[in-house]
Amino acid sequence: MAQTETRKRGKARPTSNQALTKEELLAGYRDMLLIRRFEEKAGQLYGMGLIGGFCHLYIGQEAVVVGIQMALDEGDEIITSYRDHGHMLACGMEARGVMAELTGREGGYSRGKGGSMHMFSREKNFFGGHGIVGAQVSLGAGLAFSNWYRRNDRVAVTYFGDGASNQGQVYESFNLAALMKLPCIFVIENNKYGMGTSVERATASHDLSQNGAPWGIKGMKVDGMDLEAVHAAAEVAVAACRAGEGPYLLEVETYRYRGHSMSDPAKYRTRDEVQKMRTEHDAIESVRHKLEALGVDEQGFKAIDDEVKAIVTDAAEFAQTSPEPDPSQLWTDILLEG
Amino acid sequence: MGVQILMPALSPTMTEGKLSRWLKKAGDEVKAGDVIAEIETDKATMEVEAVDEGVIAAILVPEGTEGVAVNTPIAELAGDNAAAAAPAPAAAPAAAPATVASLPPSLVPTPVIAEKEWGETKPITVREALRDAMAAEMRRDPDVFLLGEEVAQYQGAYKISQGLLDEFGERRIIDTPITEHGFTGMAVGAAMNGLRPIVEFMTFNFAMQAIDQIINSAAKTLYMSGGQMGCPIVFRGPNGAASRVAAQHSQCYASWYAHCPGLKVVAPWSSADAKGLLRAAIRDPNPIIFLENEILYGQTFDCPTNEDFILPIGKAKIERAGSDVTIVAFSIMVGVALKAAEALAAQGISAEVINLRTIRPLDIDTIVASVKKTNRIVTVEEGWPTAGIGAEINMQVIEHCFDWLDAPPVRVAGLDVPLPYAANLEKLCLPQPDWVVDAVKKIV
Repeated sequence: MAQTETRKRGKARPTSNQALTKEELLAGYRDMLLIRRFEEKAGQLYGMGLIGGFCHLYIGQEAVVVGIQMALDEGDEIITSYRDHGHMLACGMEARGVMAELTGREGGYSRGKGGSMHMFSREKNFFGGHGIVGAQVSLGAGLAFSNWYRRNDRVAVTYFGDGASNQGQVYESFNLAALMKLPCIFVIENNKYGMGTSVERATASHDLSQNGAPWGIKGMKVDGMDLEAVHAAAEVAVAACRAGEGPYLLEVETYRYRGHSMSDPAKYRTRDEVQKMRTEHDAIESVRHKLEALGVDEQGFKAIDDEVKAIVTDAAEFAQTSPEPDPSQLWTDILLEG
Repeated sequence: MGVQILMPALSPTMTEGKLSRWLKKAGDEVKAGDVIAEIETDKATMEVEAVDEGVIAAILVPEGTEGVAVNTPIAELAGDNAAAAAPAPAAAPAAAPATVASLPPSLVPTPVIAEKEWGETKPITVREALRDAMAAEMRRDPDVFLLGEEVAQYQGAYKISQGLLDEFGERRIIDTPITEHGFTGMAVGAAMNGLRPIVEFMTFNFAMQAIDQIINSAAKTLYMSGGQMGCPIVFRGPNGAASRVAAQHSQCYASWYAHCPGLKVVAPWSSADAKGLLRAAIRDPNPIIFLENEILYGQTFDCPTNEDFILPIGKAKIERAGSDVTIVAFSIMVGVALKAAEALAAQGISAEVINLRTIRPLDIDTIVASVKKTNRIVTVEEGWPTAGIGAEINMQVIEHCFDWLDAPPVRVAGLDVPLPYAANLEKLCLPQPDWVVDAVKKIV
């Protein structure tokens, strides 16, 4: 049962920078809400001891992946770090399979062998889910390389955080992508903190969107709490990449409401700071207000709420009833035949 | 009906904690995301956020309570939505609905390659054999390409890729900047997306810059993806000591990579090894570490001329039959072992020499069959002895055929020092035929 469908309307839009239609806003609202409710449920299951290890929640950053996904077409590749649940849901992977991976069950996307940080879907062109900070940036350049090699018009979206933006291989990848004009959209999700270290304390660069400038990579700073702004920026970047202009860098300023991982008390920032973002800049609330102005009533929102809640409840149920992987799975998937 | 709020686990290891403070009281309304309490774990004080909406009906565990076990009900929530979102008790795993992660059909299995007689041979250098192997596979499969430093216009730092740019063009023979970490990651990403890269490291010493991508990305992703994301890629280049290039440029990485599940590690000696094994490596759907040797590049060996010539990965070769002792070696040390065997023959000792060809998976069957015949084993490697390939082979021999041994296994290895520059010192560090002869004579 397909519970989340891929939203693709990149090519349907005649021009960039225009506001989203009511239908698009509704779809975006629904996708963002699904991510938030999914993550809240994941946090709850973690608290119950059903999810182990590291678990990095995406709450607060939903507009980033949803806005960018709306500008992509089927076949475009996506790769990200370990804060990956939102990306998977945004690209149409099933909530059940993601949640069951979090609980380490057979029904998970990696059959319970990857966990929160390591999930993949060939079908949806989602290439993970990577646990080493910055490693996915070179891999993402490689996804773009394969498009360049095959002379197709796909683009590869490579997400990483402000923390990863200090890794050396990021700049090696910028250089390679710019040299070869690879169709790669580098997206820095700047949520202000690399674990507990603020971006000001970690990065001498004051404008991450210009970090590709020495290689001639065009960069744009985007308000990541505004779905329409993210979408509009992504359309520009996608168009440039598809036109063969080479890589594009988006610095999307966003905010995570929860700690770095479940075990992070987040004492490096004040409760007021978090509260201010939640009450004044929440991306989901902001889209909701726009939809209210466009005439969506309580009943309309409730229908979306109910749909999302049903998906998340079903996913949580599946994640708890799917069996643990059989011990024989220990010895599979190490090498392919040959 | 109400729903219970349970004491949450807030770290991978937490089993209990102190409920230090309630920020809500009975009768308060809570919304999802509201901070309702603070909990002290052994590491930190954490905030607990509400997941469900509703009105707090009762506080079940007062603030200040220590040692509250994870999953103990700490409060009760009343509310119309609460029931729907109630946390279900952790059910024992039961029979599940169909799994969602289906396997891709795209990963084409490679037919098992059999070792056989290939007929006519002609002498070629190891260098030519490697180039011919790459060219043959690139003609066969348009997804195969070569990238690395100086592989294209310069024709290869060691001239392995000579002529390939002319034949295949710059989209398939790609010069990279000197950024091993970046271009290795890029190649691994391309392999995950279905291409078949050959990554040339100017030497394997420089691959240390990229070892995270080799181990964490290339070798582990198939497993971590439950079999979805294979990585058909060859990492190749000269390994081990060259000549007078000192410690940073003279190291054998066989045991480093052989340690890791998810990789195959191949180490050719002759031209036939180089050609047959490299062709197999390029066709293999897994990440392959292909350890060459700079000193061997210019050496000439007979190599089958048959256009289909290919060798199986995972199969050792008996280079010289013998009955008194088994000598196991790989790469350039096969030549050292053969010279030793010759010297030993002059002294009436018959040595069997096994050329490993592949280090992981290890062809322990061939080694064990030989040891059961000779009852003695000496391993020879250029790398350091500690946790080396000899240590592994000899341990496996003990596991498999201890009762057949008439003497303790012996390893010959490079000296346990960074390789020095001075000619005399360098020579003292690397196994010579007489080291092998001496080792054999101690146990025969």
